[in-house]
Amino acid sequence: MSEYRGVWVFSENKDLMLELLGKGSELANKLQTELTAALLGYEVSAQAKELIAHGADKVYLVDHPYLKNLHADPYTSALTSLVNQHKPEILLIGATRRGKELASRLATRLETGCVSDCTELWIDEKGRLLMNRVVYGGNAVATEICRTKPQIATVPPRTFEKLESKERKGEVVKVDVKVEEPRTEILETKEIEAAKVKLEEAKAIVACGRGIEKKEDVRIVEELAEVLGGLVGYTRPLCEDRKWYTEWIGLSGHKVKPDLYIACGISGVIQHIAGIRDSKIIVAINKDPEAPIFEIADYMIVGDIYEVVPALSAALKKLT
Amino acid sequence: MVGGFRVQKIFVCVKQALDVAELKIDSATRRPIIAGVPRKISDFDKNAIEEAVRIKEKMGGEVIIITVGLEEAKTTLREALAMGADKAYLISDQAFEDSDTLAVSYILAEAVKKLGEFDLIICGEGSVDSFSAQVGPRLAERLDIPQITYVRKVSLDGDHVVAERSLEDCYETVRAKTPVLLAVTGEINEPKIPSLMAIMKASKKEIVMWKAEDLKISEERVGKTGSGIQVTDVLAPKMERKKIEIKAETVEEIAENLAKALVKEGVIAR
Repeated sequence: MSEYRGVWVFSENKDLMLELLGKGSELANKLQTELTAALLGYEVSAQAKELIAHGADKVYLVDHPYLKNLHADPYTSALTSLVNQHKPEILLIGATRRGKELASRLATRLETGCVSDCTELWIDEKGRLLMNRVVYGGNAVATEICRTKPQIATVPPRTFEKLESKERKGEVVKVDVKVEEPRTEILETKEIEAAKVKLEEAKAIVACGRGIEKKEDVRIVEELAEVLGGLVGYTRPLCEDRKWYTEWIGLSGHKVKPDLYIACGISGVIQHIAGIRDSKIIVAINKDPEAPIFEIADYMIVGDIYEVVPALSAALKKLT
Repeated sequence: MVGGFRVQKIFVCVKQALDVAELKIDSATRRPIIAGVPRKISDFDKNAIEEAVRIKEKMGGEVIIITVGLEEAKTTLREALAMGADKAYLISDQAFEDSDTLAVSYILAEAVKKLGEFDLIICGEGSVDSFSAQVGPRLAERLDIPQITYVRKVSLDGDHVVAERSLEDCYETVRAKTPVLLAVTGEINEPKIPSLMAIMKASKKEIVMWKAEDLKISEERVGKTGSGIQVTDVLAPKMERKKIEIKAETVEEIAENLAKALVKEGVIAR
């Protein structure tokens, strides 16, 4: 096993790749080993410099037309060849939806374990990678290790910080490996409106749940979000049961960490809480004094959102 | 094939997952109490069954459920059969205890190989209890077939599948030749609640039980020894919140007090 050496990172998402380099350099320092970025794509060689500036000691570059979009087949084949040649002990992969299917497929071809959506990573006294992840619908955090190598972890966006860009020395190695042809073909891509995608970056989020009776009533929540300069979020029942929206906050949707999260008429099932746990301040407004959301709130108001929310908008307007 | 394409077989992989809504935490140790927590068909797996049945209604073929789990999974398999599946296979063996996705995908792959040719395998995007979303793609890899994950819409075009995927920033329409593995999201359909008639019919459908030896499963590749991952601890997260209730005579006062408190916290951006 000791032949495995080095920490590698890969993501098709550039920001996420830099975040992985940030965490990867901490792990590599601890293990006194090299940090390598696997840069795969088509006509992507220009990105290598930035990866080095953000902490990579080495960049393995595979440039191939089949790698233009992230299809599982060509990426699995290219990464498998790279890993088999160089045997890294740790491989961090960005947990975008595309990245997660790739990681599972790659880990299977390498006959190794993979831990999904890690929220914390560290090295123990035996030099093993310990990985934390949320399980049981948000009820618990599991700490896991990989019994096989490479140890593969996928990491969601905005979990770790990138390092500041610095003038650094690093090596770029262009590699020719076997790249399989994709068996899937992309016919069309439709962008999802940008505003919804940025929930993860919002400083303030006002979210509403089943306590809102009609879709037009969401207006009161939108007004409060506007006063706060923040965004509006929804719970899963508003999306899946009532079909008002398509994207929700929660374990299976957006995981957010704003400075201020205001939950309006949200009961607070554990899956929702798992998506807001890292918020700095949580305010809960709910008619039901027994609502579980109050268990995790900093400020609680037992009351009717139809009265409290507009009053809060007015009060904040006065103050600012 | 002459005379148009007909679907022959659709496999649906179903997990009997812990009903996490029923899970309690031991407040002294912060450990979840797993014993006694009921199990159910994992939410997105119901979407997978429903989609398979809808495809069957349009294109023909047979819907076959495959589950790796405990023997008591039989009851959840009856539910899957009542939803319109034709037959179920329950693969259960003590040797499988503590298997992770690496091992479970191996067991499933051996079952699929034994069952022979198929057009589609449909899974849920992830299970409600562990949500690692790995078994689908791992199974596709073991069978050397393409996969389409996070599917919110699907149709068949001859022997090709056209599926719309729900990704973080876009919807992506993808085409692939069958056999294909699809992992579906909760958006794809609304699973029907089976009628009494369907439930009665389901009691006559066949559930086949297989053990490790029926699939010539190699014992080193399953259970703890066959798993890539070892769980060292499971703890409920610490939640330390202030829990300050804001009360006053009027709604206006409540709102003002809260606004002031939020300004003090420094979370009002101005």
